[in-house]
Amino acid sequence: MSYVVVGAGPAGVIAAETLSRMGHGGAITLISGEAEPPYSRMAIPYLLAEDIGEEGTHLRHADGHYEGMGIDVRRERVAAVDSAGGTLRFEGGGSMGYDKLLLATGATPVRPPIPGMDLDKVMSCWTLEDARGIVAGAKPGDDVVLMGAGFIGCIVLEALVARKVNLTVIEMADRMVARMMDKTGGDMIAAWCESRGVTVHVSTGVVGVSENGDGALTLDLDGKAPVRADLVVCATGVASNTGFLEGSGVDTGVGVIVDEHMETSAPGVYAAGDVAAGFDFMTGGHDVHAIQPTASEHGRVAALNMGGRPTAYRGSLAMNTLNTLGLISTSYGLWDGVEGGDEAVSVDRGRSRYLRLSFRDDVLVGCLALGLTQHVGVVRGLIQTRAPLGGWKDALMDDPHRIMSAYLACAQDASRRAA
Amino acid sequence: MSWQGQILRVNLTQGVAKTEPLNMEWANAYIGERGLGTKYLYENVDPKCDPMGPDNVLIFATGPLNGTMASTSGRYAVLCKSPLTGAIGDSNSGGKFGAYLKYAGYDLLLIEGRAEKPVYLHIDDDNVEILPADDIWGAGVWRTEEWIKARHQNPQLKIASIGEAGENGVLFACVVNDLHRAAGRCGVGAVMGSKNLKAVAAYGTRGVTVDDPGTFMRVVRETHAKLAESGGRRELTEGGTHPMIDMMQEWGGLPTRNFREVQFEGIDKVNPAATTAPNERGHVNLITNKACFGCTIACGRIAHIDPEHFTIVNRPEYRHASGGLEYETAYGFGPVVGVDDVDAMTFANYMMNEHGMDPISFGVTLAAAMELYEMGVLTKEDTDGVDCGFGSAEALAVFSEKTGKGEGFGKVLGLGSRRLCEKYGHPELFMGVKGQEFAGYDSRALQGMGLGYATSNRGACHLKHDVFGPDMEDVSGNGKAVPVKESQDMVSMIDSTGLCLFTTSGWGPEDFVAQLDAALPGEWTLERCIESGERTWTLERMFNLAAGLTAADDTLPDRMLKEPTPSGNAEGKVSELDRMLPEYYTVRGWTGDGRPTNETLSRLGL
Amino acid sequence: MQKSLLIDPDKCTSCLQCEMACSFEHEGSFNPARSRIKIFEFEHGKRSVPYTCTQCAEAWCLHACPVEALVRNPDTGAVEVRDEVCVGCKVCTIACPFGTVNYNPDTGKVVKCDLCGGDPECAKACPTDAIVYVDSAWTGFDRMKQWARQTDTRPMAGA
Repeated sequence: MSYVVVGAGPAGVIAAETLSRMGHGGAITLISGEAEPPYSRMAIPYLLAEDIGEEGTHLRHADGHYEGMGIDVRRERVAAVDSAGGTLRFEGGGSMGYDKLLLATGATPVRPPIPGMDLDKVMSCWTLEDARGIVAGAKPGDDVVLMGAGFIGCIVLEALVARKVNLTVIEMADRMVARMMDKTGGDMIAAWCESRGVTVHVSTGVVGVSENGDGALTLDLDGKAPVRADLVVCATGVASNTGFLEGSGVDTGVGVIVDEHMETSAPGVYAAGDVAAGFDFMTGGHDVHAIQPTASEHGRVAALNMGGRPTAYRGSLAMNTLNTLGLISTSYGLWDGVEGGDEAVSVDRGRSRYLRLSFRDDVLVGCLALGLTQHVGVVRGLIQTRAPLGGWKDALMDDPHRIMSAYLACAQDASRRAA
Repeated sequence: MSWQGQILRVNLTQGVAKTEPLNMEWANAYIGERGLGTKYLYENVDPKCDPMGPDNVLIFATGPLNGTMASTSGRYAVLCKSPLTGAIGDSNSGGKFGAYLKYAGYDLLLIEGRAEKPVYLHIDDDNVEILPADDIWGAGVWRTEEWIKARHQNPQLKIASIGEAGENGVLFACVVNDLHRAAGRCGVGAVMGSKNLKAVAAYGTRGVTVDDPGTFMRVVRETHAKLAESGGRRELTEGGTHPMIDMMQEWGGLPTRNFREVQFEGIDKVNPAATTAPNERGHVNLITNKACFGCTIACGRIAHIDPEHFTIVNRPEYRHASGGLEYETAYGFGPVVGVDDVDAMTFANYMMNEHGMDPISFGVTLAAAMELYEMGVLTKEDTDGVDCGFGSAEALAVFSEKTGKGEGFGKVLGLGSRRLCEKYGHPELFMGVKGQEFAGYDSRALQGMGLGYATSNRGACHLKHDVFGPDMEDVSGNGKAVPVKESQDMVSMIDSTGLCLFTTSGWGPEDFVAQLDAALPGEWTLERCIESGERTWTLERMFNLAAGLTAADDTLPDRMLKEPTPSGNAEGKVSELDRMLPEYYTVRGWTGDGRPTNETLSRLGL
Repeated sequence: MQKSLLIDPDKCTSCLQCEMACSFEHEGSFNPARSRIKIFEFEHGKRSVPYTCTQCAEAWCLHACPVEALVRNPDTGAVEVRDEVCVGCKVCTIACPFGTVNYNPDTGKVVKCDLCGGDPECAKACPTDAIVYVDSAWTGFDRMKQWARQTDTRPMAGA
């Protein structure tokens, strides 16, 4: 049996390791498209902020880790998949066959279709190589523009401020981190950033980027004065890496569509991580949850199925946590509420603290938080166990910060029932 | 060292909060908590000031062992000039607030002036805010805590606040923290209310360190073990202080019906057994015990009221558990008012905690009113139509609430027993000293206790000395002056550490000293600590003398001095205060009119 | 035989000796705000519940860590944080459905119970045996684990 895992991010690595631990003795090949040992993009901002060195971003640290587990790490980029024939073709020529294939190719930044996005001083921040470029290009005192205040943009933001640049953030949406924060929370994050010297423009489009003659760039904005930049970091979004699957027989949409066993429309081909549109725990539909915990769960469940242990995935829960210049934000599940459901809200703008809980009947279905760092995981526990909160829901409506007590009371009840 | 090294001074008139270094010279001379608070009070307040005016200050003082693993490390003291006595007010409490005030970085909190409008103080490490309290002014302690925690999105906040009683100037209003622990005596809550200060909420992440961690942890392990093994500790864990009621009944020192008697026929309905046995509906009053911060004794009682009981049958909001009966509350809501209904007594206890009142003073004040009622001086017209004779559980329940809320006859009760008795022309019915009501021990049956009451700097109090041994060995006044003086100094010392007096159920003085010595720089010997206790006691006395009190205030009511004990071990005896007091002054190194001699003052460095 | 913390809320008096002992061991000062074990009180103290990590087999925190900063100690079974590796991304704090991994803003790292390397200070400090450290088979942790499985996003019979 030969197992091939394409992509050496967390989903791919955990899948390869899981296959190895299952002990089938088959060949396990992990194909990495980058010239680095497998690393974590999550750690790049900390590299940019110089909290860690490059080795600090590596997923595994032990010498000979992959060899020791019987995992053959190959540096290749896959050009095409033939799922009917069970073969891969590499960009550099050559091909290989597989019995079971895992697609864990992640995502790639996309740039908006506006003039000047191809200029040298417009950079993405996605790979270690990108990070090296930014480290070299963003010097203290430089004018730097961050296009896009989504999740990735905000992680980069922290690192850029740490490099003491003059930072301007330009975001199309009406708030920062629109995919994980409502207007109240997004505005509080923006206010927090501005109080720390960052200029934030929301609801603002970039019309074009051009060289201004003195070696810097000019960004023309929609309805606002142009902005000068020594460097533009573009973080306007990413898209799943599915291009190489054209004609492969694997169905794609937002990402690679998988069933509850993480298998794609092509038998024997699985997908995991940021490339996979897996089951959403809350909606029951398919969605890409490009987050580390989902990647790791996907990778593990896919590997178990590939290795012949049928395992159903209950679906991933959208969740995220972000540190924006020290302000910690968190989101879970259906944080924007559900129709007919209740919302418990507590806002303290002065201290940038916010908590919003969303319920369906007496069950927690979503949460947004700013400044919550203690016991935050119980939100996941309550959402995923669908624990009925009973009278505790009323207590939370009065004071959502009693979430830990509600969890303990309901968790204990749950354990008693189970026993 | 186990000090944070700074205090927080808040001027409510100016709306300013600022830190200043802890005066280490004073900390070294007075240890901390009660002693240090007394020194800060003495240096910051004119003893002649109006206690309810802006010139009084309110001090929250921690001790050097607060927040450490020393057992019972949560005690803090609240000090001010007392509006109830006109003397020094010094009241301490357990719970968690004190430790967290220190964790926030402050050894002591000193509050000056008066806010123009109701405010509360929010302390979160360095972040100190004086905030409007309009939304909670008029609320009880329980809702106040809930509101502040929600407002600051921090369920971990520890809060010391006043209920309506403190707002309304009830002269025995207390400061309640952590729902049902209280700095109960001396009306410190009324002073807080007079400053328009509703609450102090504290949370801190600074931690407390000690001077010699290795030695400290070794000593703590030893002292924990010593307490764990002590029989006295075990009794406190199992029964709290409540079992004392059976002892005092048997001895004949349990004040009953405003001290007319010393034994109560309804004892079986108010003692610990009554809280653990099912009532006719199968309801059991006592639920469990609970500890204050760092406490390895856990004497606190958690109880609930029979939901069918008349006090709450139509009030489901009181069906939850809360603080249960201890000795002084059982005495104050039971024998001294002649009531024998554990659920009504527990309800009264809830009212004390929720509205913020001292149960001893309330109970004894109600007892005086009941005596006046039985004498016909008070009638139903005065008492809002409530039958107010001894034994009326209805009166207890109704007035425990009305006094807190300042309604009807409750307003009169809120004056305290001395003023109530004076108002109705019978000052002799006030059972207390210096305006503060007696605790649950009769001065005739326990002669040393009587001397302790008479000389206590904060008015009648059972917790400022410890002479149960001598009192039970000899029912006369012989040889009481020395143990009273010595135990007063010892208690002053213990009250200054940040630890609880109840650790003496397993510890000797050397155990406190060993913990202090390991926690603090410098050498702390038993001699130094006891001398510090004496210094504190003497400084309290100096405050009182400057406030205008004299030896004439070191006295007991005529009922103690002239009416013989009706029953029990001391049957036929009256207090021998007239003999004990001069002896006491001599032992203290005071003049015949109760003033410390220059020699005494200079010996203590005063 | 591996050992576990066995917690009995019925015995807890909420004295917080465990929180002080834990913070003293890990932070060098008595500081409940930084304790890995926490006491939660209900109904005016009618019930007090000590709460910390069960070192669950699923170890969501460990699997969610992007940089291998969380590792299981083979001797104690505890999942430990390697401070020198942790970048402070906090993904483990949202991934742990028990809420027992917390972020410490002062250090920029996460903290969780590590069983003090096999000699837990909380258990030693507890005056009422509400927290004891015993052979795992005796802990009745099965009950908690059963509950834990409901949180699982992985294998479910009939799912």
